[in-house]
Amino acid sequence: MPITVNDTQYDLPDDPRVSLLDFLRHEIGLTGTKKGCDHGQCGACTVLVDGMRINSCLSLAVMHDGDTVQTIEGLGTETDPSPLQKAFLEHDGYQCGYCTPGQICSATAMLNEFANNWPSDASDDLEAAIDMSDEEIRERMSGNLCRCGAYVNIVAAIKAAAKEMAA
Amino acid sequence: MRPFDYQRAERLEHASQLTMPESGMSIAGGTNLIDLMKLQVETPETLVDISRLPMAQIEDTDEGGLRIGALATNTATAVHPRVKADYPVLSRAILAGATQQLRNKATTGGNLCQRTRCYYFTDTTQPCNKREPGSGCGAIDGIARLHAILGTSNQCIATYPGDMAVAMAALNATVEIAGEGDTSRSVSVRDFHRLPGDEPWRDNVLKDGEIITGVTLPKPIGGTQIYRKVRERSSYAFALVSIAAIVDMEDGRISRADLAFGGVAHKPWHDPRLSDHLVGSEPSAALFDKAADILLDTAQGYGENDFKIPLARRTLSAVLAQATGTEI
Repeated sequence: MPITVNDTQYDLPDDPRVSLLDFLRHEIGLTGTKKGCDHGQCGACTVLVDGMRINSCLSLAVMHDGDTVQTIEGLGTETDPSPLQKAFLEHDGYQCGYCTPGQICSATAMLNEFANNWPSDASDDLEAAIDMSDEEIRERMSGNLCRCGAYVNIVAAIKAAAKEMAA
Repeated sequence: MRPFDYQRAERLEHASQLTMPESGMSIAGGTNLIDLMKLQVETPETLVDISRLPMAQIEDTDEGGLRIGALATNTATAVHPRVKADYPVLSRAILAGATQQLRNKATTGGNLCQRTRCYYFTDTTQPCNKREPGSGCGAIDGIARLHAILGTSNQCIATYPGDMAVAMAALNATVEIAGEGDTSRSVSVRDFHRLPGDEPWRDNVLKDGEIITGVTLPKPIGGTQIYRKVRERSSYAFALVSIAAIVDMEDGRISRADLAFGGVAHKPWHDPRLSDHLVGSEPSAALFDKAADILLDTAQGYGENDFKIPLARRTLSAVLAQATGTEI
C-alpha cells in the first residue's frame, strides 16, 4: 500500500533505513519539514500522521504504508495560509524560521488535543475542562525547540489562532 | 544506521519466531529503538515490525481492572477515561514523560523495554558493560548525574529511565508475555525489570522470542494518587527522582501506602518495607523521615549523583505530606 502525503499517493522506499523525515525531504521533495537533531529532541521534523503529531525522524518510512501524512506544505499556501501560519506571521513567531514548520504542525495538532480535552502535565485536573493558559501551551509545545528563543511570540501566535478559529 | 532485514509480523507467533535469534528485534513505536540504531548502539540484523498486530486495545477485565494492550500508545493510555478516573497516577506519570510527539508513538510494551539514557551506554566510543559486556563501566568513576543510588553493582549503575512503569509498579500491575509456540506467562511489573548484577546487559526478564502483549491493572484501589517527578527542567526531561504514590487514610491513620520510585535504580524501585512501616501509623514528619531511612539504608552515591540521596528523602517526605494532608 502506498503512503498518502498531502493528498498525493507515493510509493515507499526500498531501503527500510529511510526515516519518514528523509523520505519526505529527499525522496518526494517536500523540504518544508526540517531536520534539526535527527534524534527526537528538537521537534523540527514534526508532521501529522493520521492527525497525530509525531517526530518524523524517529519513524521508518516503510512502517507507514496506508498512512495519511500531513506536512507544513499541506496545511496552507502563501496565498491561503492556515490560521496558525497567519498568526505566526502576525506575531513574529520566529526569527530564523528553521523550527517554524515543526512548530506549526505541532500547534495544529495541539489545538485538536485541546478540543478533545486531553490533559497535560500542566493540567490541575485530569478530567475537568482545560483552559488554554500560557502554562498549558508551553507544556504542550515543549517538544519543539526554538534556538532563536521566539517562545513568547509563539505562544501569542497560538493563542491568537485559537481565538480566530473559535470565532 | 547498519543495514537490516525488515519483516512485518502478520501474527504474534510469527513475531516470536523472528525475534528468537539474538539478532532479531521487534519494533513498535520505535522512538527509542530507531534513535539507538542511528547511534549503532542497537544493530539488529532482522527488524520485526509488530506495529500492525491487534494489540492496541484498552479494555475492562472481568475482575474490574483494566487491560492495556502492548501497542496502546502512551497517549491513548494517558487520556483513557478509565485511566484518568481510576488510575490517575498512571495518567500523571505518562504525561510527565517525554513530549506529545513521542507519547503519540510510544507504546506500552516499548516503554517497558526502553533502554537507559546513561551517557556511556549511548556513546559507542566509551566503555559500557550493558552495551558491550566486559568493556567496563565508564559511569562508576565518571559522569554519573543521572545514575542509580539503589541496587547498583560494580558493573553497572544505570537507571531505568521511564515514568509509566513506576506508576505501574505502585499499582502492582502485571505484564503479560507471549513466547514460543503459543505459550504465555505473567510477571508483576515489580519483577519485570532486573537489577544489573553481573549481567547488566539484561534490562528485564524477557527471553529471546518473547513479546509483551499487554499490561493488566488490578481493580481500582482509590486513595490519593500522586506522581511527583523532580527533574532539571520543568518539561521533557528524565527524572532525577520520581515517586508514584497511592496513599489512603482511615481514622487518622495511614491505611495504604503503595510507593514506587523512578530515577534511582535499574528498575522501578519498590520496597515492601515502606508500606509495613507506614500503614497503621499516624502521619508525621518523623514517620516520613523514618520511611526515608528505610528506603535509603543501602543507598550509595557515585560522586555526581550523591545529591539524589537527600533529594529522594525530601521528595518522599513531600509526597507523603501532600497525600496525608500533613504539615511538615
